[in-house]
Amino acid sequence: MKDSKLIVSASPHLWAPDTVSLIMWDVVIALLPATIVGLALFGLPAVFITLTCIFVAVVTEWLCQRVMGRKVTVTDGAAVVTGLLLALNLPSGVPLWMAAVGSVIAIIFGKQVYGGLGNNPFNPALVARVFLLISWPLQMTTWPEPGLGETGLDAITKATPLGVLKEQGIEAASQIPLIHSFLGNVGGCIGEVSVLALLMGAIYLFWKGHITWQTPLSFMAGLAVFTGVFWLMDNTQYANPIYHILNGGFFLGAFFMATDMVTSPITTRGMIIFGLGCGLITGIIRLFGGYPEGVSFSILLMNALTPLLDRWKFTHPVKFGEVKSGG
Amino acid sequence: MSIAKDFKKGIIQENPIFRMLLGLCPTLAVTTSVLNGLAMGAATMTVLVCANLAVSTLRELIPAKVRIPTFIVIIATFVTIVDLGIAAIDYKLYKALGIFIPLIVVNCVILGRAEAFASKHPLLPSLADGLGMGLGITLSLTVVGAVREILGNGTLLGLSLFGAGYQPVLVMILPPGAFLALGCLLALINRLTGETS
Repeated sequence: MKDSKLIVSASPHLWAPDTVSLIMWDVVIALLPATIVGLALFGLPAVFITLTCIFVAVVTEWLCQRVMGRKVTVTDGAAVVTGLLLALNLPSGVPLWMAAVGSVIAIIFGKQVYGGLGNNPFNPALVARVFLLISWPLQMTTWPEPGLGETGLDAITKATPLGVLKEQGIEAASQIPLIHSFLGNVGGCIGEVSVLALLMGAIYLFWKGHITWQTPLSFMAGLAVFTGVFWLMDNTQYANPIYHILNGGFFLGAFFMATDMVTSPITTRGMIIFGLGCGLITGIIRLFGGYPEGVSFSILLMNALTPLLDRWKFTHPVKFGEVKSGG
Repeated sequence: MSIAKDFKKGIIQENPIFRMLLGLCPTLAVTTSVLNGLAMGAATMTVLVCANLAVSTLRELIPAKVRIPTFIVIIATFVTIVDLGIAAIDYKLYKALGIFIPLIVVNCVILGRAEAFASKHPLLPSLADGLGMGLGITLSLTVVGAVREILGNGTLLGLSLFGAGYQPVLVMILPPGAFLALGCLLALINRLTGETS
C-alpha cells in the first residue's frame, strides 16, 4: 500500500506475510529439482523449450498488460511459473515455435482475458497444454528417449509408460521397472518423468505451507481406488494402482497444478471432492478414454467445478461469525 | 426511419451475430470453413427475407394472441423450401450443414425480426430489414468461417495459403475453436467501433 489514500476494503482484514511474488518464487524453487532432472535427461532441446516458454510467457504478460492498460505485474513471477509449468508439460521434441504459441495461449487465453491472475477459472499452463495437444496431436505425443541410464542408444523416441499400457497392453507395460518411473528414466514430458524430483519439490511446498495435503492425497486416493477396483477385477488387463500413480503426469499434476490456489476450492471438503474428482476422471480417461493420459483434462474439468464447490452449502467457506442454522 | 437505414443497420450497427449475439448456435457449429459459413448465412438470409415479407403482408390478419405460433409456421414453411432446395442443388453441402438447416426454424434472429420488426412495419421496410440483417448474418458467418479455415486448415475456400510447411492449428476447426474465433472477433470489433467502456 504505497499510496496513502484511505482504503476501504471488505473483511477479512487479517494480515499474512505471504505475497503473490513470494509464493510464485517458492513454486519456482519447488519445481527446480524436476526441471533439472528433465533438462539433464532430455538435453539441449529441453533447455531451449524451457527458456522459450518462460521468455515468451513473461513478454506476453508484459505486452498484454500494457495493451490492456492494466498494472504491469511481470515481476511477481506468475508468468515465470506459468511458462515453466508449461515447459514441464511438453515433450522435449516439440518445435520451439509450438512452445512459444503455447506460452502465448497460456497467458492470453488462460489468464489475461479473464482479468489476470486470480480471476482465471482454469490453470493457464494446462489450458495451453491441452490447446497444443488438440491442435498438434502428433508432435505432442512424440516422446524423445531420455538420455541417462542403460537404455538403447539407437532409439530416438520412446513411448510413455501409459502409452505402452494403452497401445501394447499390460504385458509390455509390466516390463517397465517401477524404479525407472520413480527416478525418471522413462519417456514423457520434460517435467513429469521423475517422481523423486517432483516429490522433493512438493515437500518444499508443504513445508512452506503453500499447498495442503487434501487435494493431492484425495487425487491419489481417487485414482488408486478407481484403477485398483479394475485391477482387482482383472489384473491381466488392467495395471495396478501403483503403476498408475508413478507413471504419467500424476505427481506434476496433483502437487503443482491441482493445488493452484486460484483454480482450486478453498475449503477442506471442497479440496477433497476436487481431488477425488480429478483422480476419478484421470482413471476413466486412462482406462477407457482415447488418450493414454488424462491428468490435464481431469484438472481442467474439476477447475470448471471449483466455483460451484466454493458455493455449495457442504463445501463453501464458513464466514467469520456465521452461525450454523439450528446451532 | 428511412428504408436505407432499415437496410444498413443490420450490417454493422445492429449486426445480429456480432452486436446482438443472436443465432449463435449455427455461428459456432457450422463455421468450419468459409464455404459452410457463407452457405449457412445465405440459407438463413433467404428464410429471413421471405419470413419478413410474409409476416409483414399478413400482419393485419394474424391475431395477436397466436402470433408466435403463426410466425413459427411461416418460418418453418420457408425453412422446408430452403432445406429441400439445398438438398437438390448441392447434396455434399447439405450433408455438411446437416441438422443446422432445419434448425433455422428456431433461429432467434428470424423470429426476433418477425416479432420486433416485420409484424409492425409495411412491406418495403420489412424487406430492407430482412436483407440488411441477412447480409449481417452472412457476413459474420463468413468471417468466422474464414478465420477458422485459415488457421485450422491453412486454406481459404479450399485453396492452400501457406504451402506444405504450415501445420494447421487443428483446434480451430474443432468446437473450442469456434468459441475462440468468435470471442476474438467480438473483442476486435468492439475495439474498432469503440464499444468498450
